[in-house]
Amino acid sequence: MSELAIDVRDLRKQFKVQNNRAGLGGALRDLFKREYREVAAVKDITFQIPHGEICGYIGENGAGKSTTIKMLTGILVPTSGVLRVNGYVPYKEREKFVKEIGVVFGQRSQLWWDIGVIESFQLLRKVYRVPETDFRRRLDELVERLQLSELLSRPVRKLSLGQRMRCELVASLLHNPSILFLDEPTIGLDIIVKTEIREFLKEMNREHGTTILLTTHDLQDIEALCSRVIMLDDGRIIYDGGLEELKTRWSKGREIKFQFGAAVGLDRLRSMTDGLGVTWSMDNEMASSMWLPHSVNVSDALARVVGSSVDIRDIKINETNTDEIVREIYQSGSAEAKSAAAAALEPDSAAKAQEQSQAQEERKETARP
Amino acid sequence: MMSAYIDFIRIRFLMMLAYRVNYYSGIVIYAINIGAYYFLWQAVYGDKQELNGFTVAQMTTYIAVSWMARAFYFNNLDREIANEIRDGSVAIQLIRPYSYLAVKMMQGFGEGIFRLLLFMVPGMVIACLLFPVSLPTDPAVWGIYLVMLLFAFLINTQINMLTGLFAFFVENNEGMMRMKRVIVDLFSGVVVPIAFFPGWLSETMKWLPFQAITYLPSSFFTGRTPLSDAWGVLGLQIVWFAVLLVPIGMTWRAARMRLFVQGG
Repeated sequence: MSELAIDVRDLRKQFKVQNNRAGLGGALRDLFKREYREVAAVKDITFQIPHGEICGYIGENGAGKSTTIKMLTGILVPTSGVLRVNGYVPYKEREKFVKEIGVVFGQRSQLWWDIGVIESFQLLRKVYRVPETDFRRRLDELVERLQLSELLSRPVRKLSLGQRMRCELVASLLHNPSILFLDEPTIGLDIIVKTEIREFLKEMNREHGTTILLTTHDLQDIEALCSRVIMLDDGRIIYDGGLEELKTRWSKGREIKFQFGAAVGLDRLRSMTDGLGVTWSMDNEMASSMWLPHSVNVSDALARVVGSSVDIRDIKINETNTDEIVREIYQSGSAEAKSAAAAALEPDSAAKAQEQSQAQEERKETARP
Repeated sequence: MMSAYIDFIRIRFLMMLAYRVNYYSGIVIYAINIGAYYFLWQAVYGDKQELNGFTVAQMTTYIAVSWMARAFYFNNLDREIANEIRDGSVAIQLIRPYSYLAVKMMQGFGEGIFRLLLFMVPGMVIACLLFPVSLPTDPAVWGIYLVMLLFAFLINTQINMLTGLFAFFVENNEGMMRMKRVIVDLFSGVVVPIAFFPGWLSETMKWLPFQAITYLPSSFFTGRTPLSDAWGVLGLQIVWFAVLLVPIGMTWRAARMRLFVQGG
């Protein structure tokens, strides 16, 4: 087995999309000669994931997350680039390769709809050729851990989403895969099941050293599980690193909320912090918020206000949370933010980043796949 | 692994059994079809005792046997495959360490066994009661016919798979699937025995796989093809089974390269 669980270099996937010409004339012309255009869903991405890591893979809808997962699991054949998972080239040695991975698609069931849960598991045991004793031991462990014992005899179609999702996890783990791919595993689940699944995944990773790559839109999944995040936008990786770094790099500052004992005017507050570069806003006449960029020390700013003998009842410091940061990154899509990120990743490639941001501008004209 | 494939047969069989009520009406429909063609051919024959080498009695048996064979080998694998491609669930099939097409074939076989036991056999009993069908008495003919029936199923299923796989290449292969159904029914000789086709067409049919689905096995079963020629028919079926594996393999490989999983 190679050192890396997943090794991806310049991976690219293009789809041929049919151009439908407008109008009746266009439809007639389409009948005889179709026009196609190439749309790249994943554009030359490169990343490596070592064994035993839990890595989050995030990005907007249509950013190319699922396409990447489908290439990594051997479903799609890449257009170009190098791809090795567990030492295999997934699409070439598919049948051998998939025996060592587990996959859960949150939006598709891999259990057989018409038969009972336990029958599905038994069938998977035969498909993956798991010895009976290993299977029993693993099943018992998983069933106990995820509290499935009373669901086993039910047909899959009668399970609730949360129950089904737990069964899907068991199904993907019965053959003890060394890599687990999860494509939106917590989509549509309630908070209790989500927490349960997160705890379970963490334990799997700790006890069995399972490498996990998950895509999600729920950043709490990432916060709870991942030591590393890869962020994708429009088919390109725009961030690859720790979650904490992501926060510090992208969050622009903090907000401090003050609750006063008596009304304090904005002018008075502004004069207190004169020259610090903070901004004030009034929530109501007894409460105001101060926004301070990272360049300003919290203690400095607080000292000014506290030292000025106003009656302060309460102070609350709000760190921008991950949701907000990520939303901003998604929304901004702006050239500055992206080139800043690209420059931060590769310090000496500002020019390249500039080029990239221009390319992004152009791409906005064309529809996404 | 083999036990997994057998499980696919078993599960499909049990599933079909759960929906068996849907097929009771099917038996009636097949009986009506056999009746319609029986009366039609009665009218065609009129006073004549023989047409194109078929006696009236042979024709009656041919119709009943051909339709009941169709009740066994018919399946909707083309539609199943096309649907799985269109809604993207084929992706799930590809993350499993098995051959998708082999699994489909097994599921089709599970359906086939169900159709044989709960559709073809009772249907045949009803047809024998209603119409003057004369079945062979030689057990060897029955045994060989069963093997031919198996190959009829395999070849028909291969054609279904090939049609279904075209969903990878065109957005909607509904029309193609309908055309295939009509072509198979006509060219395999269910509707009209190939001996009744115009010369050039029946000559062409000799070079196509369809005759191996109905015409050749039914001709053997009704006694038009003597027992001594049975091996020729079986050989031809085996050749077609092997030959059809080639385009299926090629289509599958091409499809994998351009697979576009719908819906994310």
